[in-house]
Amino acid sequence: MLRAMTFLIAMTLAGMAAAVEPDEMLSDPVLEARARDISKELRCVVCLNQNIDSSNAGVARDLRLLVRERLVAGDTNEQALAFIQARYGDYVLLNPPWNAKTYVLWVAPLAMVIAALGIGFATVRQRRAGGRSAGHSAVEKNQLSTDEELEVANFIEHYNSGDRS
Amino acid sequence: MKRSLAFLPFVIAVIFGGFFLWGLNPERDPNEVPTVLISQPAPEFDLAPVPDIQTPGLSRDDLVGNPGPVVVNVFASWCVPCRAEHAVLTSLVERDRIVLFGINYKDKPEDAARWLAEMGNPYSRIGSDSSGRAGIEWGISGVPETFIVAPDGTVLFRYVGPVVGDTPVRKFRAALVEAGALPKGGA
Repeated sequence: MLRAMTFLIAMTLAGMAAAVEPDEMLSDPVLEARARDISKELRCVVCLNQNIDSSNAGVARDLRLLVRERLVAGDTNEQALAFIQARYGDYVLLNPPWNAKTYVLWVAPLAMVIAALGIGFATVRQRRAGGRSAGHSAVEKNQLSTDEELEVANFIEHYNSGDRS
Repeated sequence: MKRSLAFLPFVIAVIFGGFFLWGLNPERDPNEVPTVLISQPAPEFDLAPVPDIQTPGLSRDDLVGNPGPVVVNVFASWCVPCRAEHAVLTSLVERDRIVLFGINYKDKPEDAARWLAEMGNPYSRIGSDSSGRAGIEWGISGVPETFIVAPDGTVLFRYVGPVVGDTPVRKFRAALVEAGALPKGGA
């Protein structure tokens, strides 16, 4: 049963992979699946836009074997990735890590969207406010300021008190 | 506020222009893989000598305590550019008294021995890395690659590809001068 399942899994995996040779694969299907996951995270240093899982380069094969070796030795996925990263740098990780060098990379898209939305809202609001304030000033032209109001009140008071000059 | 906004398109144009200028710079190699090893201690490795040659093997310990910086060259008999680079390395050893160590990367011992017999052997030590494992420790992406290692075992410089032709040789010699392996102002 187990053998049949291993065979089945191996065959499905083989269908997906162009580069992983049968002799590289681990007999443990769980470890092998983890190794495949890790391999997809690692950049091939020869053919830069491929991951090592799909690359036929010699170094990619060596790294695939190394990943499997680390997993058999009991490494977690993160430890195995860190092992390769220590030798080849952040560059081998297809998913760039979050660190001082990549803050701009990670934050820039979000910051740009926020800035764009901010500018958009500000423009729209300004336009609306501009239209309304134009209306206000038209109304205000027919209204008196507080000083004028006071003057008028004074005048009326004087008039009422008999000073009709 | 309004007035300063008028400069915004200009600022954006400068930022993008600068980025394009950087991207179009012919000196920039987009295929360059950055090295983590520079200014770091050389990796641990211990390689047996290539069988059938008299040259001793190479390990991390051999890189430490030399009188001056040493050059570590990763080569293989199946690597065509290594053949071209061989003359440059030989001249560095014979004319400039550079100490040259070799890592024979994924090579068959008999092929390596034949190659060295034919071309000459400028290496004072050669480690046989038949599995390519030491190559991974050094973070190489192919052969040839050449490193300069300080007497304390710190990696000072890495050159990817063959040191052949005017510009690569000039760059490599400049790195050797900076490392203190060549006198300043030497041709």
